[in-house]
Amino acid sequence: METTFDFEKPIADLQMQIEKVNQVADKTKVDMGATLAELQDKLEKTKYEVYNNMTGWQKVQMSRHPDRPQTLDYVNLICDDFIELHGDRNVRDDKAIVGGFATIGGQSVMIIGHQKGKNTKERQFRNFGMANPEGYRKALRLMKLAEKFGKPVVTLIDTMGAYPGIEAEERGQGEAIARNLMEMSVLKVPIVCIIIGEGASGGALGIGVGDRVYMLEHTWYSVISPESCSSILWRSWDYKERAAEALKLTAADMSKNGLIDGIIKEPLGGAHHNPEEIAESVKQQLLGDIATLQKKTVEQLVSERIDKFSKMGVVVE
Amino acid sequence: MSWFRREKAGINTATEHKKEAPDGLWNKCPSCKKPLLNIEQIENKYVCHYCGYHLRIGSAAYFSILFDDNEFVELFPHLRSGDPLQFEDTKKYTERLDDSYAKTGLNDAIRCAHGKIEGRDFVLACMDFTFIGGSMGSVVGEKIARSIDYCLQNKLPFMLVSKSGGARMMEAAFSLMQMAKTSAKLALLNQAKLPYICLLTDPTTGGVTASYAMLGDINIAEPGALIGFAGPRVIKETIKKDLPKGFQTSEFLLEHGFLDFIVDRRELKQKIALFLNMIK
Repeated sequence: METTFDFEKPIADLQMQIEKVNQVADKTKVDMGATLAELQDKLEKTKYEVYNNMTGWQKVQMSRHPDRPQTLDYVNLICDDFIELHGDRNVRDDKAIVGGFATIGGQSVMIIGHQKGKNTKERQFRNFGMANPEGYRKALRLMKLAEKFGKPVVTLIDTMGAYPGIEAEERGQGEAIARNLMEMSVLKVPIVCIIIGEGASGGALGIGVGDRVYMLEHTWYSVISPESCSSILWRSWDYKERAAEALKLTAADMSKNGLIDGIIKEPLGGAHHNPEEIAESVKQQLLGDIATLQKKTVEQLVSERIDKFSKMGVVVE
Repeated sequence: MSWFRREKAGINTATEHKKEAPDGLWNKCPSCKKPLLNIEQIENKYVCHYCGYHLRIGSAAYFSILFDDNEFVELFPHLRSGDPLQFEDTKKYTERLDDSYAKTGLNDAIRCAHGKIEGRDFVLACMDFTFIGGSMGSVVGEKIARSIDYCLQNKLPFMLVSKSGGARMMEAAFSLMQMAKTSAKLALLNQAKLPYICLLTDPTTGGVTASYAMLGDINIAEPGALIGFAGPRVIKETIKKDLPKGFQTSEFLLEHGFLDFIVDRRELKQKIALFLNMIK
């Protein structure tokens, strides 16, 4: 069954009404054309209203929709070829981050992203998209490989955070993320990052230092999830909606604050309503940016990337 | 019949005649609970001389321990936080800041200064836990970034003392981006072949561990400090198991290969100076 959220109820109600009218029309052979047209019109308007006025929390819900396209869906939809590469060469292969060489519209790239999994079994296998240190080290190894062969890097971000576990701490979760931030900031090839679902804190940023960073329209990106923020600042789990507002974590807010480079519009109702359409938008954005970034010299690329992040922050002298 | 008889009933010294012991003369070691005399503590670099416990201290104390004759020039001392998100939880962020300014006399959770260690010039950045839990917001990120720029311009070694609960939630994604900013600047320092020493002290967690605190040419720590990415409570709730004894302590990190050595605060200055001498 398709997952609908509370705020989508007006839409679901209208859809049900239309179905009922259709059934009646079928049964009684009475022409209901006018009523249907009216309802259809109302449905379109409601959809437009609902999806264009989503609150922060509603965006968070949407970013977690179980049918939302994930990294491997994008790989299938936009890559002509893909060779998945595994392992960090130290501990093991982290299943929460996938990556490999791919061609997109004739352009070779290294594509790396979080994979959450679509059903219970897959989610367990992927650790819900929460990477351990070896995941970040695998990502770095692949980025270095891309650098060696002069290929641009694309990262797709979708995580609730880096995994908080005993082994993750033993193997240096903090060090792994920190190393990635440092190495990505001086990587000699173009890096384009897209938040395709959830962008939670260091777990997201760990593969998110890029020349261009985008968010899909209904995603979120911040230093903490609204639930955890609520539990820490309000000392209760009940303030997640307010926390979501306060954190200004939507694509529109992040863009307004100059913390991302742009927003990629989603199909009406969210990416899962039309994966082909969102994949095409992502593809066009990537190809355009890669072409622009490849014209820059390595020095220019790296210094502009560092400058961009150096300017972030608001201080009073 | 008792051999002692109270002549007057109860305590009858008037309140105004009560003799107060001055505050701050004595202190109790949080670990062994023995009383410590303040002057002795300063001489002993704020380490309990009974049990070796390292008391939590701030930038002023570290400056006095590390800089020759406690002489230094503070860098960018006046930077204060803006409130880019007009953040409000149970209290407005601006009010929290005002309270912290008043309570601590500090402008944010870090102070940076240029001075000498055994005659050699270096820049020291030191975090203050008393200011909103040592949390890293725009000011912390900016001061570290500018200190690194200063080191690059003047070809100086950089040392940082970390003590932080992590990123400052009230600056949300702005705080997050300070992780990228400081790490990027450290990459430049690295390319310029200038040394960076990070001393991790109790506690160092979250976004600070996942950025500049783990990126030293050498990462060192004080004994018994809590150091980790995720907080122990979060891990416990996630895995639904008790955590092993000594988990996320300095000793644990040394054992797992993330620290170069653990240093007693009383030997800190000498060791840092020796290290800088060796790599000169």
